[in-house]
Amino acid sequence: MASSQLVAGELAAIEIQGTTRQAFLLRATLAAGATVGAMSATPLISKVLAADGGGDVDILNYALTLEYLESDFYTRAAKQVKGLSSYEQKLTAELRDNELAHVDALVATIKKLGGKPVAKPKFAYGNTFGSRAAYFKLANTLEDTGVSAYNGAAGGIDSADVLAAAGGIVQVEARHAAMIRLVRGKAPAPVAFDPLSDMETVLAAVKPLIAS
Amino acid sequence: MSTPTLEGHIVTDSALRELADDPSSRKRFLKMLGGAGAVSAFGVVLAACGDDSTAAKGTAASSSSSSDNAGDLKIVNYALTLEYIEAEFYKQVGESGLIKDKAVLEIAKKFGESEQEHVDGLKAAAKALGGTPVAAPKTNFEPTLKKGLKHVLETAATVENLGAAAYLGQAAKIKSKEILASALQIHSVEARHAAALNILVGRGFGDGKGGLKGALPDGPFGKPLDMKTVLAAAKPFLA
Repeated sequence: MASSQLVAGELAAIEIQGTTRQAFLLRATLAAGATVGAMSATPLISKVLAADGGGDVDILNYALTLEYLESDFYTRAAKQVKGLSSYEQKLTAELRDNELAHVDALVATIKKLGGKPVAKPKFAYGNTFGSRAAYFKLANTLEDTGVSAYNGAAGGIDSADVLAAAGGIVQVEARHAAMIRLVRGKAPAPVAFDPLSDMETVLAAVKPLIAS
Repeated sequence: MSTPTLEGHIVTDSALRELADDPSSRKRFLKMLGGAGAVSAFGVVLAACGDDSTAAKGTAASSSSSSDNAGDLKIVNYALTLEYIEAEFYKQVGESGLIKDKAVLEIAKKFGESEQEHVDGLKAAAKALGGTPVAAPKTNFEPTLKKGLKHVLETAATVENLGAAAYLGQAAKIKSKEILASALQIHSVEARHAAALNILVGRGFGDGKGGLKGALPDGPFGKPLDMKTVLAAAKPFLA
């Protein structure tokens, strides 16, 4: 079908039928510059894509950036957040280990495809780790964002193997999201259909956490 | 360490209400399928429960064709069959009166409503592909319900984990980007359900003990299951 038959705007993330991955990513970059303005994620996108090795590497590097963020986040939370119950400590350690495994898997996949893994950014979280509530609130946001990012990016993946691998990761991100939401007393699965987010939206959202 | 239990540590009513009514993602889902409705004029009717040998592994970015539609329709009807089973299970659990805890009841109700939305969405998807949605299978949950609340919730957890693995097993075989996106939107919700129920029944996380697997039963990476395995696992619930 022609992409013109799709509704524009909110469906941008999946409106890629008949276009190439490169066009998909280019449009994401342009859209970021056009719509986000002063909060533009374009420099970040450029950074994420700087290590482009072709194929699905761009999308994998985008995922890697998010997994670097999540793994760094839980690594620091495990050391810094006070007042966690034993369950919450165990949960934090488990999530940290999962995210580190995602990082390793994405780095290995990017290398296998002949690409260059993007460098790990430096992250800053402000006072987030000063309270249990602030920690879990940001964890909630990061996990839900991660789910929507993978779901939104999946349509741009060329390789069936890479898609299956990304699916294995997003399933675990969704499980994390549910577990964190339960800890917060929130509905673990608030909607019947999880949202899709495109790259510029996600990178603009996480940009405040990236120090350099 | 202690894991959260049915009695403690769960969702508050207000939090559920706050989020339960958000229709935006459902609207988006249905709108997307409206777009997919133009995919093809081919009317392809397939049984839901055949083997998946025809759903050949290929690239995830193939262009649309009638054979692609046939493969996608088969996957959609397979998913629809699983969602019928899930939706009916939650409905009967709700009617059984087994769940007394208000918060747990809210969760079961919300999950059941979501499964019904998945049913409706997948029916629309089958039609959008130019096909016919399969009919709901005849189910029998009496033996499960008779065993009481703990067994019922453990069964719900098992079925949700199965559902998540089933979607994951098909994702790379889906040709249409719209159907793929829709399936993934459901897949991650099944995973959320699975994790929450695993926690509620005390499975904790990690490798679990005593034969029960945790909220993260596969560790850092979800594991797919193929159609044959999933349908065999669902068979005990069919009449």
